[in-house]
Amino acid sequence: MRKYTPKDNVQGKSYYTDRFWVAPRVPREAVEEGSHFEAVVNALGSQVKESYIEVGQLVFHIDASENFAVIKTLRDECGYKQCSEQSAVDYLAQDGEFELFYQLLNHAEAKRVRVVCRIKKGEAIESIVPLFKSANFAEREMYDMFGIKVNNHPFLKRIIMPDDWEGHPLLKTYPLQGDEFASWYEVDKIFGKEYRDIIGPENRDPAKVDRYDTKRFSRVGYEVPFGADISEGEKEQAIKYSETILVNYNAGTKQLDERK
Amino acid sequence: MSQQPNKLTPFFENLNFERDDNTMVINFGPQHPSAHGQLRLVLELDGEQVVKAYPDIGYLHRGIEKMAENMTYNEFLPTTDRLDYIASTANNYAYALAVEKLLGIEAPRRAQVIRTMLLELNRVISHLFFLATHALDVGAMSVFLYAFREREYAMDLMEDYCGARLTHSSVRIGGVPLDLPAGWLENLAAFCDKVDYEVEHTYEALLTENRIWKMRLENVGVISAEEALSWGCTGPMLRGSGVKYDIRKEEPYELYSELDFDIPVAETCDSYGRYRLYMEEMKQSTRIMRQLIPMYKKTEPRLMAHAPQYISAPKEEIMTQNYALMQHFVLVTQGMRPPKGEVYVPTESPKGELGFYIKSEGEPYAYRLKCRAPSFFHTGLLQEILVGTYIADVVTIIGTTNIVFGEVDR
Repeated sequence: MRKYTPKDNVQGKSYYTDRFWVAPRVPREAVEEGSHFEAVVNALGSQVKESYIEVGQLVFHIDASENFAVIKTLRDECGYKQCSEQSAVDYLAQDGEFELFYQLLNHAEAKRVRVVCRIKKGEAIESIVPLFKSANFAEREMYDMFGIKVNNHPFLKRIIMPDDWEGHPLLKTYPLQGDEFASWYEVDKIFGKEYRDIIGPENRDPAKVDRYDTKRFSRVGYEVPFGADISEGEKEQAIKYSETILVNYNAGTKQLDERK
Repeated sequence: MSQQPNKLTPFFENLNFERDDNTMVINFGPQHPSAHGQLRLVLELDGEQVVKAYPDIGYLHRGIEKMAENMTYNEFLPTTDRLDYIASTANNYAYALAVEKLLGIEAPRRAQVIRTMLLELNRVISHLFFLATHALDVGAMSVFLYAFREREYAMDLMEDYCGARLTHSSVRIGGVPLDLPAGWLENLAAFCDKVDYEVEHTYEALLTENRIWKMRLENVGVISAEEALSWGCTGPMLRGSGVKYDIRKEEPYELYSELDFDIPVAETCDSYGRYRLYMEEMKQSTRIMRQLIPMYKKTEPRLMAHAPQYISAPKEEIMTQNYALMQHFVLVTQGMRPPKGEVYVPTESPKGELGFYIKSEGEPYAYRLKCRAPSFFHTGLLQEILVGTYIADVVTIIGTTNIVFGEVDR
C-alpha cells in the first residue's frame, strides 16, 4: 500500500520519530505580582484571555476582533511605542485557524510583549496601521505570504511576490519547490502557455548532464556538429592530438627534460 | 494603447513617462548602483521634487522563511548568512541565540567571548561598508577606497578565524565551532588601532568638516523620533533620531552587560547626524574588542555548550566514545528536537534590531520562523521620508538608511 502523505501540510517531516516521544514544553511562568507585566495585564482587564511569561516576554491571547483596541491601550497607556514585528502562523491543518502575533516593545522599561490572537480561515483582521506605521509593510507581507486579508489597510497589495502570483507561499499546503503555477511562471508570462512543451520544465539539478544534448554539452573526444542528433548513435571519431606537444605529466619530470 | 506583457512583445514600463498632471514617474532601480541591491523605487516627480515614492521590493526573495520550515535547525544556520550578507555573523548569532533560548542552554564563556568579538568585528565591517557606499553614492570616491581597504583587513581576520570572508557561518547553536588561531588576538589588537587611527585621521578628516559632504547630508532625510518609532526604525536609524535605545545595553545578551561602552545618539535626526553616529559606533566597537582580548585569556577552553540532547559532543569524544557517536549520529541525521514553545529574541545587528521568532512544535523542523529584519522596516520608511525631497537627495537618503536587500526580501 502506498504510504499516506497528508495534503494539508506538505512541509518537510522528520523521517523517523520515536513512537513514545513526547516533546517537552518551554516553561511558562505566571505573571509576577507587582511587576510591570502585571500592570499591563491589569490595564487590559477582561480583554486578556490568557497570559503568561515565556522566555522573559509577556505573551497574552486576545480575541481577534479586539486587536486594535488592545494594541491602542498598550501604546497609549502602557508605553509600548513600537511594533517590532507582526505576522502569522499557519494552523489550518490542525485547527482551521491562523495564529497572528504582534510583537511590541516598550523602550522606557525595555520590556517586550507578544499579543496573540487566532482567526478562522477566510476571516479578516483589523489593520493597526493607524497606530503603528511599521505594520504597513508587515501586514502586506502577512497578506502576501498567508492570504490573510487586513481591513482598512491603506494599500493592501502583494509586497514580496509578484502582483500576479497565485497562491500564498508560507501556507503549509504550499510545497517548498512551488506548485505548478510557480514552476511555469516565467514561461507563461513571457512566452505563453503554448510554449511550455517547447521550452520544457526548468532544470533544477545543477549537475545534470545530458549526453544526447549537443547544444549545451560539448563532446570531448567525439566532436559532432552543433545541434546534431546523436540519439541513433554517432560515428567513432577520436580526436588525434599531436604526440610531440602532448606531455605526459604522469611520467614525472624526466620526460620534460628530454623535450628541452 | 494597452500592452500585453507576454508573447515576446516587449513591455516597456519605463516608456509611459508622462501623465496628464505633468508629473513624471520614473523607476529608480531595481538595477541601479545606488539602490544598494535590488530596490525598485517608483518615484513620481514634479520637476525634481518627489511627490510620491513607492518602494517595490521582492527582487531578491529566496523564501528563506519557507526554507527554515523545511530544514533542521543546524541545516538552516548557513542560510542565515544570506540575510544581511554584509555582516553575516550577526545573522548567524541572532539565529543561534534564538534557538539557544528555545533550548534553554547557554554557550560556554570562551565561546561567548569569541562571539562578542566576532559580532563587533562584523559591526565594524558593516559600518565601513556603509561609509564606503554612502560616500560613493554622495560622490566621495576616495573614501570608498580607503574604507574598503580597512574592510579587507577585517575580512582577513574573519578569514583567519573561519575561512570565509563574506558568508561566515562562524557561530553554531550552542557555541562556536573553532577556537581562535594563534596570533589572532594580536592581529585584532593591531586592527583596532588601525581602525581607530583611520576613522579619526582619514574618514572623519575627509568628511566631517567637508563642505560638500555637509551640504549633501545636513538636514537631508530628517526623521523625527515619533516617526522613527512608528515606522519600526531600530539601530542607528532610531538612535539617529534621538532615541537612546540599544539592545546591547537595554536587554543585554552575551557579554555586553560586563563590557564598558557608550551608546552614541544623534539629536539632529538627519543624515549627517547618522553619519557621525556610525563613526562613533565604530570607535565603541574597537573599544569593546579591546576589552575582550584580556577576557579571552581567562577562559576555559570549552567552545560548545554541554547539552547532549541537542548539541553534539566534541570531536574527540565522538571519535572515542560510543554513546557520543550515537548521539551525534541521531543529531546529524534527524536533527535536534527543541521543546514546544515560541520565542522571539532580539539582537542588535549593525543595521538595527534583528530578531528571530521561532515557533517550535517539538519537531526537528521549525514550525514557523519569522525573521524580523531591520532593513525591511527601514525600506518601508522610504515611502514617507522621500516625499518632498529632491531627486539628488534620494540617493543620500537610501544610503543613510543602510538597507541590505538580502534581509529585506529574505
